[in-house]
Amino acid sequence: MDQKPLLKVEGLKKYFPIKKGLLGRTVGHVKAVDDISFYVNKGETLGIVGESGCGKSTTGRVLMRLLEPTEGTVEFDGKELTSLSSSEMRKMRRDIQMVFQDPYASLNPRHTIGKILEEPLLVHGISDAKERKKSVIKFLEIVGLSAFHAKRYPHQFSGGQRQRIGIARALMTNPKLIIADEPVSALDVSIQAQVLNLMQDLQKEFDLTYIFIAHDLGVVRHISDRVGVMYLGKMVELAPSEQLYATPLHPYTKALLSAVPVPDPDYVKEQVMIDGDIPSPANPPSGCTFHTRCPFKMDICTKVSPQLMEHENGQSVACHLYSEQAGNDIEMKEKEMEGSL
Amino acid sequence: MSERKKVLEVKDLQTTFFTDSGAIPAVDHVDFFVREGEVLGIVGESGCGKSVTSLSVMGLVPKPPGKITGGEILFQGNDLLKKSEREMRYIRGNDIAMIFQEPMTSLNPLFTIGNQMSEAILIHEKKWSKKRARARAVEMLKLVGLPRADELIDEYPHQLSGGMRQRVMIAMALVCDPKVLIADEPTTALDVTIQAQILKLMKELNTRLDTAIMLITHDLGVVAETCERVIVMYAGQVIEEASVKKIFEDPQHPYTKGLIQSVPDMRYKKDRLYSIPGNVPKPGTIKKGCKFAARCEFAFDRCLAEDPALIQTETGHQTRCFLYSEEGVTQDGPKAFVES
Ligand SMILES: Nc1ncnc2c1ncn2[C@@H]1O[C@H](COP(=O)(O)OP(=O)(O)OP(=O)(O)O)[C@@H](O)[C@H]1O
Ligand SMILES: Nc1ncnc2c1ncn2[C@@H]1O[C@H](COP(=O)(O)OP(=O)(O)O)[C@@H](O)[C@H]1O
Ligand code: SF4
Ligand code: SF4
Ligand SMILES: [Mg+2]
Ligand SMILES: [Mg+2]
Repeated sequence: MDQKPLLKVEGLKKYFPIKKGLLGRTVGHVKAVDDISFYVNKGETLGIVGESGCGKSTTGRVLMRLLEPTEGTVEFDGKELTSLSSSEMRKMRRDIQMVFQDPYASLNPRHTIGKILEEPLLVHGISDAKERKKSVIKFLEIVGLSAFHAKRYPHQFSGGQRQRIGIARALMTNPKLIIADEPVSALDVSIQAQVLNLMQDLQKEFDLTYIFIAHDLGVVRHISDRVGVMYLGKMVELAPSEQLYATPLHPYTKALLSAVPVPDPDYVKEQVMIDGDIPSPANPPSGCTFHTRCPFKMDICTKVSPQLMEHENGQSVACHLYSEQAGNDIEMKEKEMEGSL
Repeated sequence: MSERKKVLEVKDLQTTFFTDSGAIPAVDHVDFFVREGEVLGIVGESGCGKSVTSLSVMGLVPKPPGKITGGEILFQGNDLLKKSEREMRYIRGNDIAMIFQEPMTSLNPLFTIGNQMSEAILIHEKKWSKKRARARAVEMLKLVGLPRADELIDEYPHQLSGGMRQRVMIAMALVCDPKVLIADEPTTALDVTIQAQILKLMKELNTRLDTAIMLITHDLGVVAETCERVIVMYAGQVIEEASVKKIFEDPQHPYTKGLIQSVPDMRYKKDRLYSIPGNVPKPGTIKKGCKFAARCEFAFDRCLAEDPALIQTETGHQTRCFLYSEEGVTQDGPKAFVES
C-alpha cells in the first residue's frame, strides 16, 4: 500500500490551566494530553482506550479543534488544521464529524429529527431544500429508521435509536473521518451490538475512517484495526489490534487487559493486578507516569520519561523495559551481580 | 456437600409504580432465592427491574409512586413484607445490607467517614461507646484493604477516589456482619482496573465472612467471574435461572443466548456480532404473550397467545419459554429450533 495517512498527529498537547485566587493566577496545569503522536490511514479504524480521565475525549476534541491544542500539529488530508482560521476550520468540519456518548445531550430537544439532520447541510450550504429533505430520509433509512421518524422529537426515541440519529447526523455531510467518543458506552448490550454492526456497515459503504474512543476493551478490539492505549495523557502503547490483545507489551496494557472480566466461567486468566488509583494529571508522577503502580518499576523509571518507540512489526511501546538504555542498565546490573558473586 | 439453607426467598413478588401514564409492573411475579454464603448474580439490561427487585427486598421502594402489590420476601423464613418500618430499619444493615452504583450519593459529603461509620454501628450496637464504634470502623476500613485507615477515618468523602469510596461503602455495609449483601452495580461507575480490585475484595469477604452476596449487574463478564448462580431478568420477569457454568455453556432462553452472543469477546475477534433485533421493552408495554416474542427468532403462534411460565427444565435450571418443558426441549417449537 502506498498509503499516505488521512490524519497525522504529532507532539499533540493540551494543558488546562489550574487557576486559583481572586486574580485567577495560574498555579499549574492539568496535562490532559501530553505529547502524543499517531496517524490514521484512510478506511481504517483507530481505537483509543484508557481509563477515565486519561485524555481520550480531550484528544478527540482537540483534533476537531473544539479545543485549541497547546502544542503540536494535526495534518488532515494534506492540510495543517492547527493553522486554519476558525472559518476555514468550520468548513473543514464537513469532512470531520463527531459522534458522542450521550446522543440525548447532543440533540436539540426542541427540534424534530428532520430539522436536526438537515442542519449540517444548511450550515455547509449543501443542496436545495428539496434535495435536503430527500437526504434526510435517505440517511434515516440508512441507519435503520424510517421516513416518518423525521417528524418526531428526540425524547420519543430510545437510547439506541438516538444513537442511530447521532450517527445519521454525522453522515449527512459525507465526511471522510468520524471521531466517535464512547458511541456505545451508554447502550445496553443487545443494542450496542446493533450499533457496532451499523458502524461497520457504514464504514464499508461510505469508505469512512474512524477514530473510535472507548473504555470497553472488548468493543474496541471488535471494531479497531489498530489500537492506542492511553494513560495519564500519554500514549503508552500503539499496535495492530490482534497484536495488542495477543501480546501486550506495556505493563499497563497487560494489567488493563487482564482486569477485563471475561464472559466465560471456565476461562483461567493470568491476572496482573495493579494496586492503587490513577494519579492526578495535575501532578503526574516523574519519569514514567505509570511507575507508581508498575510491578516492574526500575530505578530509571522514576527519572526518565520513556518515549513511544516501535518495538516490532508496527507495535510501539513507551516503557524502559523495551528500550536499549534500560537494556544496558539491566545488563550492567547483571554484570555487577555476577562480579559480586 | 449438602445444599446450604436458603437465607432469602422471594416468592411471586410484584412491585408496581402507579404513574400518570398508568401502572408499571416493574417487578412482575418474580421468584428466586439466595443460599447462605453464595454469590448470586442478577443480570439484565436497563429497566428490566433489577434495582426495583433489590429495593423491594430492602423495603426501600419509593412510595408513592411505588408499591409492593403482591408476593412474599422471606428472610430466614420470616416475611419482610409483614414487618413494621421500625423492624425493617433494624433488619437493614444488621441482617441485609446494600451498596449502590454511585457511592457518592450514599455518603453524606458533610460528615467524615468516621462519623458516618460510627453512626451506622451505633444504630445496631446501642450499648457501645463512641470510642469502641470508632475502633470497629477503623478495623473495617483495614478489612476492605484501605491504606492509612487511621487517617482516612477523619477525611471527607470528596477526598477519596471512586474506588476508595466504594471500599468505604462495603466496609459500612459489612460493619454489622449481615447475612446478605445486596450490591447493585457496585463497579459500574469504576474503571476496569479498580473494578478488578473491588470484585476481588468482594469475593474474599464472601469467603472469609460467609456473607451471601446478591450481585446485580448488566455485565456478563462480571457474572462469569464472580457468581455461582445467576438469574436473568427481562421486562420485569425472571426468564432463566441456572448455575453460572450452565448459563454460559448451555443457555436455554433465546434472550439469554442472544445476550451472550452479543458481547464482543476480548480474546478473539468475531467478524460480526450477533445482535438481537428491536428494543428493550419497558415493563408493562407487552400485555399478552411472551415478553420477548417481538424480538425472538424462534417465536411461534403460542408465544403471542399465552404467557410462558418459569419452569424447571432440568435439575437446577429454570426457563420461561415454550420451547422447553419439564423434560427439556419440546417438540412443538419451530423446526429451526428443535433441530439446532
Ligand atoms: N475543560 C477542562 N478544564 C480543565 N480540565 C479538563 C477539562 N476537560 C478535561 N479536563 C481534564 O483533563 C483530563 C482528561 O479528560 P478527558 O475528558 O479527556 O478524559 P477521558 O479519557 O475522556 O475520560 P472518560 O473515560 O472519563 O471520558 C481529566 O483529568 C479532566 O479532568
Ligand atoms: N420511581 C419510579 N417511578 C416510576 N417508575 C419507576 C421508578 N423506579 C423504577 N421505575 C421503572 O421500573 C422499571 C425497572 O427499573 P429498575 O429496577 O430501576 O431497572 P434496572 O434493571 O435497570 O435496575 C423501569 O421501567 C423503570 O422505569
Ligand atoms: S517504564 Fe518502568 S515504570 Fe514505566 S511501565 Fe515500563 S517498567 Fe513500568
Ligand atoms: S416463548 Fe416463544 S417468543 Fe418467548 S422466548 Fe420462547 S420461543 Fe421465543
Ligand atoms: Mg471521555
Ligand atoms: Mg438499576
